[in-house]
Amino acid sequence: MMKRKIVNFKVNGESREVLVESNALLVNVLREELGLTGTKYSCGTGQCGSCTVLVNGKPALSCLMLAVAVDGADIVTIEGLAKPDGSLDPVQEAFLDHSAIQCGFCTPGMVIMGRDLLNKNSNPSESEIQEHIKGTLCRCTGYTSIVRAIKSCGK
Amino acid sequence: MNEIDYITPKNLEEVFRAVEKKKRKIKFIAGCTNVIPYMRGEAISPELLIDLSSLENLNYIREENGIIAIGALTTISKLTASEIIRNQSPILFSAASLLGNPLTRNRATIGGNLADASPAADMAPPLLALEAFVHTKRGEGEGREISLDKFFLGPNKTVLAEDEIITHITFSKPKDSARGIYIKLGFRNSMAISVVSIALMIEMEGKVCQKARVALGAVSPTPIRVYRLEKNLEGKEIDQEIIQECSVILKEEISPISDIRASAEYRKLATSVLFKRAIQEVLKGEKT
Repeated sequence: MMKRKIVNFKVNGESREVLVESNALLVNVLREELGLTGTKYSCGTGQCGSCTVLVNGKPALSCLMLAVAVDGADIVTIEGLAKPDGSLDPVQEAFLDHSAIQCGFCTPGMVIMGRDLLNKNSNPSESEIQEHIKGTLCRCTGYTSIVRAIKSCGK
Repeated sequence: MNEIDYITPKNLEEVFRAVEKKKRKIKFIAGCTNVIPYMRGEAISPELLIDLSSLENLNYIREENGIIAIGALTTISKLTASEIIRNQSPILFSAASLLGNPLTRNRATIGGNLADASPAADMAPPLLALEAFVHTKRGEGEGREISLDKFFLGPNKTVLAEDEIITHITFSKPKDSARGIYIKLGFRNSMAISVVSIALMIEMEGKVCQKARVALGAVSPTPIRVYRLEKNLEGKEIDQEIIQECSVILKEEISPISDIRASAEYRKLATSVLFKRAIQEVLKGEKT
């Protein structure tokens, strides 16, 4: 039988305790055990960025992390970017305003990377944005509006 | 993935106790950016994962008495944010900035990049050119100090024993007169695995090259120093003729393979072009 472990971590501000198999990937635990399907599973090999979440404040690929390895961590998924009253993060608003969404699969990762960049650099240039979303692929190739949306949040 | 167990030791003692006790196939892990794809592709099938991420005191960048020391668990992001690395070893800084993308850089560690021993490992050519040492620990013993050019044995193979871990990496701060460059040729901007990469460091006195260090990635079974090329540059005025000679030597010294990214023939050609570009750039005099 596969070894199981209890893992405690915070997800979107809430403490969670989950029993996971020791080879379970964080992305699958978030989606299947916790029902947080905003985080997308695509390539599963760390090449596309659609499973991006914040782990202790830093963006990371949840398909390249074991769930057992986040014991004690603070995780924020796309569901946790909005405020508790449901009002959206300015980056999410900007994606709506700029229609920066086509199929939507890359959107959670793009929004999180946009938020991460803006946290460090309040007025990023177009090339800084491009550099930062390098690891997040949009198969619809809708990069122009994505970059524009993130840029519109700069001040 | 096969059945695995997972532990997170808090100190080296716990690491080595776990290694001793368990007679299972072990794998040390940290950032996991390579290990998880390997396990899922069944390239490796460890029974016990020993996660080193919680070890204290292996995550630092220090400069002391002209020696730069980097803890094995230091992430690539941390290297790109370090003033010491940016100012004292710009070739390592630029290689770190080109590794993967911001997401992988947040997790991948310098120790992991070396231990993984990919022929295309981004950290290897600059650290080879900097004549770095890998410091290791195994059990209660003293630990080893291995010159990086003796560290790699083949693709994904190093001199590390199965139960030996890298603790830190050191190199001497380059002289103020040293100039260097790192160039990586990949086929896309993001997540590119090098097709060829080159790290070059030279010290000039007037027009004469006093010291040259040239290291390459992705053109041999391991990242390599090109000693013959270095000798051919040292003590000479570097002119077009020397550069031409060197590019011939280069082609003889490397043994690239053909793979999905490029043919062997292309890699040979590209290596000599990259070398010319690198040396011309460095001779222009900007300290990079």
